Amino acid sequence: MTREEIIAKSKEFLASEFEVDENLITPESPLKETLGLDSLDLVDVVVLIEQNFGVTLTGPDFVGVVSFDDFYTMLEKKING
Amino acid sequence: MDRRVVITGLGIYSCIGENKEQVCDSLRNGRSGIGLDPARKEMGYRSALTGILRKPDLKGVLDRKQRNYLSEQGLYAYVATREALEQAGIDEAWLKENEAGILYGNDSCAEAVIRGTDIIREKKNTILVGSSNIFQSMNSTITMNLATIFNLRGINFTVSGACASGSHAIGMAYLLIRQGLQDCIICGGAEEVNIYSVGNFDALSAFSVREDNPAAASRPFDRNRDGLVPSGGAATVIVESYESAVRRGATILGEVLGYGFSSNGEHISTPNVDGPKRSLQMALDCAGLRAEDIQYINAHATSTPVGDLNEAKAIHEVFGDCRPLVNSTKSYTGHEMWMAGASEIVYSMLQMQNGFVAANLNFEEPDEASCYLNIPKERVEMEFDTFLSNSFGFGGTNSSLVIRKFKE
Repeated sequence: MTREEIIAKSKEFLASEFEVDENLITPESPLKETLGLDSLDLVDVVVLIEQNFGVTLTGPDFVGVVSFDDFYTMLEKKING
Repeated sequence: MDRRVVITGLGIYSCIGENKEQVCDSLRNGRSGIGLDPARKEMGYRSALTGILRKPDLKGVLDRKQRNYLSEQGLYAYVATREALEQAGIDEAWLKENEAGILYGNDSCAEAVIRGTDIIREKKNTILVGSSNIFQSMNSTITMNLATIFNLRGINFTVSGACASGSHAIGMAYLLIRQGLQDCIICGGAEEVNIYSVGNFDALSAFSVREDNPAAASRPFDRNRDGLVPSGGAATVIVESYESAVRRGATILGEVLGYGFSSNGEHISTPNVDGPKRSLQMALDCAGLRAEDIQYINAHATSTPVGDLNEAKAIHEVFGDCRPLVNSTKSYTGHEMWMAGASEIVYSMLQMQNGFVAANLNFEEPDEASCYLNIPKERVEMEFDTFLSNSFGFGGTNSSLVIRKFKE
């Protein structure tokens, strides 16, 4: 799966699930603040990723993830190995 | 300290209406909320009969997390509680500044438990259950969610007393307020309505199988009854000290005069006569009333052969020749389980406020015990000011509440 495909798909389901304007999700914007995530919501992010990409994230995967760009990079590695 | 305990708000979401007006109209006009759920047959149920109700859509009303953390019965409870708080004149600001509590009846969360367990079994990874399952699957799902949504700061726990849960919740609130420990408590009961929640009742052949005519299936006290019809929703009753209600300028709808309770101490599912009789008598004694002071009884009667028989005997033994009007509103709703003790207070209050006693639907032929009771086959137009409501449950738990129209 290409990075562009990952970005397009994840933007869509994250905006829908967390009820935010998709336009607010830019590579530079901060993941947690933009989606309004607390520690409980991160569990739901893991569920969404598993449902949409078939990979299961764990806590350490989020270390160093601040922006959406970081998030996409982490996802790309997990999905494409 | 013995304070007066009053009711200032009522809310209801049930198969006979999604608010008080709709419900009152159904009671007045003999409209049943019972239908068939074909999915139950696919699940191996003996009976597809159930109360039919729509899940409320709370998008735009509650935020994502609040919605996700609510179980099915939590959605119903939220809607009923909003209606009750509105009638009581209690808003967000008041709740933040005062110590209101919540005591709600609930005794299962089958759908959420099963859904979470299925995911763990399939995925072998607990995180994939997601964040909301825990808040939907605990028995205290209603109280934990509503206490958070409404910023409640007083007493906060769930009452699990089988099919008397909602009634015991009001009884507990009555005791706490009467003793001066709380001023205002959101009480109620809720019950989920889905294919997972009552399969084990069906296993015991507890349900009516009169599927050819759903509206005639729930027939409390009728000789030809063949079992209960499962149902659900939620009902909320705002219980408050007289002083608090006056201080707020609230309209007082009724007064909780007495609470009686008992345990049968016998069979786990087969009720007896002695336990309910003691509960009835205790409620009267607590209220300082005599049998002749009660004008209407909302019976627990679920339409099961032995349950209705023994309740009729208990009522007759306590009330004898006084013969107050007796109906079971389960003839409209089916058995609302954990919700029933609270919803039947709402149904009784609506009848009292609107000057009628609803017909006991499908009561065609009395049996050897119900023949001694004054059960109306048709609606009775009658002003009354004092009623008693019975709720009994598995394990032999019994609860009776006496309520009167408010008088200074």
